[in-house]
Amino acid sequence: MIAAIRYEEMEILLNDLFTRYGYDFTEYSKASLQRRIQRLFTLDKFPSFAEFRHRLQNDAQYFRRFVEEVTVNVTEMLRDPSFYRTLRTTILPVLATYPFIRIWHAGCSTGEEVYSMAILLKEAGLLHKSLLYGTDINPLVIEKARKGIFPVSQMQKYSENYIQSGGINDFSSYYTANYHLAKFDSSLTGKMIFSTHNLVSDFSFNEFQLILCRNVLIYFERSLQAKVFKLFDYSLENFGYLALGSKESLRFSPIADRYKQIGKEKIWRKVHEEG
Amino acid sequence: MRRAKLIIIGGSAGSLQVILGIIPAIGPSFPLPVLILVHRNVGFESNLEELFSSRTRASIKEVEEKEPILPGTIYIAPADYHVLIEEDQTFSLDYSERVNFSRPSIDVTFRCAADVYGKELVCVLLSGGNADGVEGLEYVKTKSGIAVVQDPATAEVPYMPQHAVNRVAVDFIVPAEEMPAFIKGLAYLPPA
Repeated sequence: MIAAIRYEEMEILLNDLFTRYGYDFTEYSKASLQRRIQRLFTLDKFPSFAEFRHRLQNDAQYFRRFVEEVTVNVTEMLRDPSFYRTLRTTILPVLATYPFIRIWHAGCSTGEEVYSMAILLKEAGLLHKSLLYGTDINPLVIEKARKGIFPVSQMQKYSENYIQSGGINDFSSYYTANYHLAKFDSSLTGKMIFSTHNLVSDFSFNEFQLILCRNVLIYFERSLQAKVFKLFDYSLENFGYLALGSKESLRFSPIADRYKQIGKEKIWRKVHEEG
Repeated sequence: MRRAKLIIIGGSAGSLQVILGIIPAIGPSFPLPVLILVHRNVGFESNLEELFSSRTRASIKEVEEKEPILPGTIYIAPADYHVLIEEDQTFSLDYSERVNFSRPSIDVTFRCAADVYGKELVCVLLSGGNADGVEGLEYVKTKSGIAVVQDPATAEVPYMPQHAVNRVAVDFIVPAEEMPAFIKGLAYLPPA
């Protein structure tokens, strides 16, 4: 029987990691975090919590693995096609009026959503004047995102999503398949900048017309969500857009009264500056 | 037996009819929260809320992240998310890897709820074609929760409940037609 990591032990561990490495997971949602930490603990066959704790405190490489495994890196291209359809029909025509478009994918994982957006921009004739920033806490997924290589096995599903999102081209024209891998076109990659960024501790690094952060905030407690919303608000131009995951909401956030939801989708527009 | 604080009903293929039978037994004054967790990719209507609301006056809503779990409410797990339960008895959602090819996974929620509710948890596993939920039910028993399984003989797809019966020391095996009355009865158990 494998030992279970108790919540009290997890608190100790999180305090260790903050002190030792400056990564603050203390305001992450605990149920999900416990599951992820338990999974890693079991996978790496630690005999006790004490040994797990000791390894994390003394082995920076192992801490890197911890970050890679404990954060959730599940994503897909054009997930929720109706969301992307709204981007095409409602948001991109507004962005088109700007001389230069800056978009931030916060918590982009392996980058599938960044490539999805690049395809939309290309089809709207806007990619040439756009820059897409993709950031994530996990350096390993950022490396993958830069390469733009995804499993061929996913392409059928992505192609279906693409058609449902209003795509009219042949989805396979955007990548070159080689055995089981699909490499996306360099005309897309050329407009992307990937970097590590920790939403908990890092500052705003630019001003954007659109920020997408989908299925990231569900892993944060309300207190941390509030801080991240403030970071987004600070990083968003007036009349810019903030897009969240299909089960996330701005409703309970401190910035809610200055934002207006666009239709039924989880997209909000900043309608007033602070103060 | 003691008063429960949360009922979770998990099902897959063939469970919709049973759930539709249970819903009218849960009225607005039902003193417990009920969470319904079904695999959606097996012929379920995506709008379960609508489907259920014509059958009861209890409040019915899809689980929202960070919301408190309240009595007299039927919660529905959203498609394509795992439902987790925090120590302070609020829901959270999780979009991590599928478990048993399923998201929501019944195992994930049973297990998480058992950590929080312990012996005050009732988990019910209905008809289904895979083994999701069985391991979770086993875990619920290690935390002294109550494990209920639909009688496989009355299940449209008996695989899931049969596995549970084979592997877990379940407390009750209930035929489909008696399930509504059984669930209703859980509300009126005396306190521990």
